[in-house]
Amino acid sequence: MFEIVQDILDIRTLAQTVASESDGAIATFSGIVRGTNKGKKVLFLEYQAYPEMAVKMMERIGDEVRATWGLESLRIQHRVGRLNVGETSVVIIVSSPHRDDSFAACQYAINRLKRIVPIWKKEVFEDGEVWVEGPVETVDVT
Amino acid sequence: MGRRPGGNGGRDLKVRVRVFAALREILGKDEVEVELPGGTTIEGLWEQLVDDDDRLKPFTKSINFAVNHDFVVKGTELNPDDEVAFLPPVSGG
Repeated sequence: MFEIVQDILDIRTLAQTVASESDGAIATFSGIVRGTNKGKKVLFLEYQAYPEMAVKMMERIGDEVRATWGLESLRIQHRVGRLNVGETSVVIIVSSPHRDDSFAACQYAINRLKRIVPIWKKEVFEDGEVWVEGPVETVDVT
Repeated sequence: MGRRPGGNGGRDLKVRVRVFAALREILGKDEVEVELPGGTTIEGLWEQLVDDDDRLKPFTKSINFAVNHDFVVKGTELNPDDEVAFLPPVSGG
């Protein structure tokens, strides 16, 4: 349900695992590798995770989605290793009886992932490489 | 959560430190074992690592601390066999 993976992500396979008979909507989000950043051409990205903690924090997001929207169906997979431009780095799926909740929960999950899940990306350019740092903030530890 | 106040009463302790991204490249390895006096806080351990290698210093302002796969505050005292991690601002997604 919450995984760090080396392999190519397939959102359709994951989508088949979420919906129950009471659901009328599935929202999905795919993050893909962009070919430019701040006007510079990106050759590829290298993703690295702290896998044990990343899974634990994704489970925490699952708990938050359950507490806020009453949904049990959240799935998150994030890929690590070398990813080429256009490849999928993360997939998020959630189903709900009506569409508003799955849209909201899906957007919440990706925003939260970008703040608390310990994964980092290195951008590799023609003339160098850089580990990208997200916004500096103290993560709420409660 | 579940952190014992007062550490382990001043005796030495050994912890495992895991590092990632730019920190891993600076240290040239993905984890180290460190022996510390009892009562050492996670911030104290970080300061010790910075003393040993000043290339780590610029990260002091931005890192978050984790013990046993949970974020913790900087004053958290370490216990024997803790798994400690220093996390640059995350950039997944």
